[in-house]
Parts: sequence; structure tokens; C-alpha cells
Amino acid sequence: MMSSPDRRRKRLDRSIEVRSAGLYALSSYREMTYVLAPRLLLIVGLLILPFILDPYWQKVLCAAAITAILALSFDFLAQYVGLVCLGGAMFIGFGGYIAGLMNANWGLPPMLTIPLAAVIGSFVSTLVLLPCLRLRGIYFAIVTFMLPLFARNVIVALGLFGSTEGITGLDTLPNTWVEQYVILIALLVALFGLRRLVSEDIGLIMMGIKDNDQAVLAAGISIFRYRVIAVFVASFIACFAGAYLAHLYGWLGLSLFAMDFSILPIAATVMGGMGTLSGAVIGALILTPLSEALRGFGQLRVVLYCLVLLIFILYKPEGLMNYLERKYHQFERWEKV
Amino acid sequence: MESVLIYGAINSVIFALMSVGFSLVYGVSRLPNFAHGSIYVLVGFLTWSFVNDLNLNYWLAILISLAVASLLGAAIAQFVLLRLRGLPTSEIIASFAVGLIILEGLRLQGIGGFKGFIGPNYVLKPFVDGKIEIFSVFVDYQRLIVVGVGAALAVGLWFFTHHTRMGLSLRAIAQDEQAAMMLGINSDRVAMMSMAIGSALAGLAAVIILPLGNVTAEDGYRVLVYALAVCIIGGLGSWGGTFMAAFLVGFAMKVSTFFFGAVWESVVLVGTIILVLLVKPSGLLGKQKELEERV
Repeated sequence: MMSSPDRRRKRLDRSIEVRSAGLYALSSYREMTYVLAPRLLLIVGLLILPFILDPYWQKVLCAAAITAILALSFDFLAQYVGLVCLGGAMFIGFGGYIAGLMNANWGLPPMLTIPLAAVIGSFVSTLVLLPCLRLRGIYFAIVTFMLPLFARNVIVALGLFGSTEGITGLDTLPNTWVEQYVILIALLVALFGLRRLVSEDIGLIMMGIKDNDQAVLAAGISIFRYRVIAVFVASFIACFAGAYLAHLYGWLGLSLFAMDFSILPIAATVMGGMGTLSGAVIGALILTPLSEALRGFGQLRVVLYCLVLLIFILYKPEGLMNYLERKYHQFERWEKV
Repeated sequence: MESVLIYGAINSVIFALMSVGFSLVYGVSRLPNFAHGSIYVLVGFLTWSFVNDLNLNYWLAILISLAVASLLGAAIAQFVLLRLRGLPTSEIIASFAVGLIILEGLRLQGIGGFKGFIGPNYVLKPFVDGKIEIFSVFVDYQRLIVVGVGAALAVGLWFFTHHTRMGLSLRAIAQDEQAAMMLGINSDRVAMMSMAIGSALAGLAAVIILPLGNVTAEDGYRVLVYALAVCIIGGLGSWGGTFMAAFLVGFAMKVSTFFFGAVWESVVLVGTIILVLLVKPSGLLGKQKELEERV
């Protein structure tokens, strides 16, 4: 209703976009720059951030990267496999507890516990989610929403793993450089790895499962198997982030299962643009510092994420990334109707 | 042993009350109302505020809060959920966000002099004080009222959905949306109506159940989880299944508490859900959607 009825906005692909899209037989530096610039901007931008931030914001950067990884895992599951996971906190919790317990009980170094916890944690998460993988839609959302809350209850009820107090004094990573680059590189690997994965054949099958599972079934492909693979991949990266988190603060406890880890990545994904993967990362890099600035206000943070989420989902459902991508690839002009 | 039976029954009715609103909304309009638990808690706090801050009569306070709840439910449907209809991912996320805004908003402190509802001081009065002895087990009257209201609600809902125009249109939409629309039933309006009724039912459950303990914002998560658990076990959208599952869960929890101790409650709940999903993925009575939901 914003525009007057006698004209409309016409969008056209830029000619360089047409020349450099699809086939990568690039003929000039200009085209190569056009394709590489946005990717390099993100990669280089992330990698030089540790040099220019002060120690406090370096920690925030680590937290933002963790959120970004969770957001990636959510976005991948929701938009490419059709499984809406409302319980990202469960992955964080499993990863964190497994890494922390291995470190506290057996004295394994963080460089060993983090990858181990990612593998074991993703096995455990996949196993836990196995019963509801045969179902689609809302069932999965409901069960994943309940699981972190139950995990907390079980830990408190049975007095496991330090119960309500958790375990303190875990080994932290050797120094702040390692600390930051481990998670930043993990983030970049996860982002570009997932982007690659969804453009391979397996990604095509997964998207098929999301859009029309009956058709995929009719093609003789086991939906269940691919869902298991997808959940494993998504929980692998999220458990990695959880294990890293436990070692970042040298502490594990019930707040690894906190609602923040479930809702903030979702808000970041919606803000960045669902289904773009890179949008999830951008959303996380914007929202996490914002929420950090509001740390003093207690619950206001959660209310704020939810408001951002609601506003974006209702009024800008395409998200930031799709918007930016459009501006980058297309020009637009008004034309008479 | 008698106490397990009696308290198991009461517990079951509590579960049924908590989940009937969610089940109704999902059964009719396929809208997952993740704000269910928040509305429950909100009604508790509203009633408390009306009674203690505005010095209203208790019954009047309850009536006003229920009205607010159903208006809120209708507003959530109209301004959020109906705009996202047909996008299941967005529906779930958006209603979850609304729920969190309400729930965490209740705990906000220091904005505009608002103190935030934190701590154990928010207690609603039982309707009738006192206890009664049934088979040598002491039961307070409030729990009997819970059972009474639960039974009345079951009968009332059955009557409403089978013998009133609005109830019949709710069922029509639930059974076959396209055919119902051809007969002139406005699907969006029915969805809004179902949200209003579902929210009022959540509120009703709140004002009846909350006098048994105190009102805390964390309850919102608990109620939502219980409601979802019961609805999954019973089969999403099946009203009969909801009541059946409420009794299954209610007794399972009390029995496990009696034999193993209270810490096992949540373990039993998860165990039941996982078992039901493994054996019969569409829930106890979720028959008609079995083919659609199971892949």
C-alpha cells in the first residue's frame, strides 16, 4: 500500500551478477572480486576482530560466535530439513557437560575434550531425538522444547554432575588468541561446510524431505536415515560450541541448559533471514553484543530478543541477509505501469 | 495406597485442566499456541493484582482476568498467528516468542515503577478453606473443587461442541476445513474464537489450580511442558486422547512418586512420552492424523 498505484518497482539482476552466477568460468578480476568480496568481507572481518577488540569485547565475540554456531544449526535443521528445534540449549548442555566431566574426572586437556565432546554429544543428542524423528512438524518442536527443561530436572533430581552448583575450576584454553581463533575458525568451517553440504546431492534430498516428504519416500529414499544424518550434523556443531563454552568459562552448570541458548539463536536466525545460513551468523553477530549491553537489565534481554524476533517475523520475514543479497545482486527502478 | 489413588485422580484432573486449552486450539485450527503457559501464569498474577492492588472482589477479579485472557488470546491469533498461517515454523516461533515476552515481562523489574512478580509472596486464596477426610485420606476442599470443575468442564465442552452453533463450527473446521468453508464457516474467525476460548480455559485452569500453591512466573514453562506432554501422549488435536493421557500421566507420576520418590516425576514424564512416540507415534487417540503426521 506504500507505493502509488501508477508505478511499480522493477528489479533487474546486475549484468555482472548474470555473468558471474552459476558457471564459475570467471573471465576478469572484476567478476572474481564481485563473487569473492562478500565472502572475504565476512572471513577477514571475523579474523581481524580479535586484534581490534579490548579483552571484554573479545569475550563477547566468543559468545557471539557460539550463538552464531547455534543459529547455524537451528537454521540448517529448520529450513533445510524441516525440523524446528526449539531446544538448542540441549546441545549446549550435552556438549558442555561431556567436555567438562571428561576434563574434571580424567584430566583430559581442552583441546582433546572439545572435539571428543562434540562427537559423543552429537551421538547422545541424536539418540535422544531418535524417537521423534519419524514425525514431522510440531511434534519435533515440542519434544525439543521440553528436553532441556527435563535435562535440568533430571540433573537436579538425581544430584548428578554437581547438581545445582555445577563443577567449577575446569581447565580453560591456553590463551585468549587460541580461545578466540578456535571458535571463529569453527564458525567459519561450520558456515561454509553447511553451505557446501546443502548444495550437494544430500542437501537436495534434505530439502526434498522438508518440502514434500511423501515424494521423497516414493522415490525410494529413506527419510529417517537422512533426518538422522541431518540431526547428527546439526548437533555436532552445536555440541562443539557447548563444549567450547564450558572451557571458555572453566565452569559447567545448569545454566548451560538455559532458555537463552534456545531463543537467542532463533532470534538471530529470524533477524538474519531464515534459510540463508550466513544470515544466521550476521544476526548473531548483531544480537549478541546488543544483549550484552543490556546485561544489567536482567530479564529485559529475553523480552528484547523476542520482540526483535516477532517484529522481524511479522514485518520483515525475509530477514537482513536476503535484503542485502538483493541489493547486491540487483538494481531497481520505478517504472510506469 | 488410597492416597495414591485419590491424589492420582486429582493430579490427573489438574493435568487435564492445564492441557485442554492447548488441545482445543490445536485440534480446531492447527495453531500451536506456545503462549499457553504464559496466559495461565498471567491470569494468576492479574487476579492477584486485582484482589490485592485494586481491592476488587475475588470473583469479580477472576471474571475480569478471564475476560482479559480471552481477549489476549484473540489478539494473539488476530495479530500474530493468523498472519503467519500456513508457515508452521513461523507459527511455532512467533507464538513461543509471544509467550516468552509475557512470561519474562512479568519478571521485569524497575521499569515504570513495576516491581516484577518475583518470589513466593503471590498467593491466591482457596475458594473454600478446610479439609475433608475421604477413605482416611485428608483432602482439602480446593482439590475437590478442582475435580468438580474438571468434570463440569468435560461435560460442558462436550455439550458445547455437540449442541451449540459455535461449537459445531469449531468441530466442522477441525474435521474438514475446506468443506466447512464451503458451508460458510469463516476459518480465520473460528481460529480466533478457538484461541479466545483456549486462552480462557488456560485462565480458568489457573484460577482453580493456583490456590493450591503460590504463583510464580516459572510455572509458565512447567504448565506449557505438561500441557504439551499430555497433548503429545494423547495425540495432538484429539480431545478424548487429551483426557485419557492426563489420567495416564497423572497416575504414572503419583505412582512413581509413591514407590520411588518425588525426584522421578520428570523422568517418568519423559519416559512416557518417548515410549508413546516409539510405540504409537501419533499418540493414544491421534488416529485421524496418523497418515499425515507419520512418515
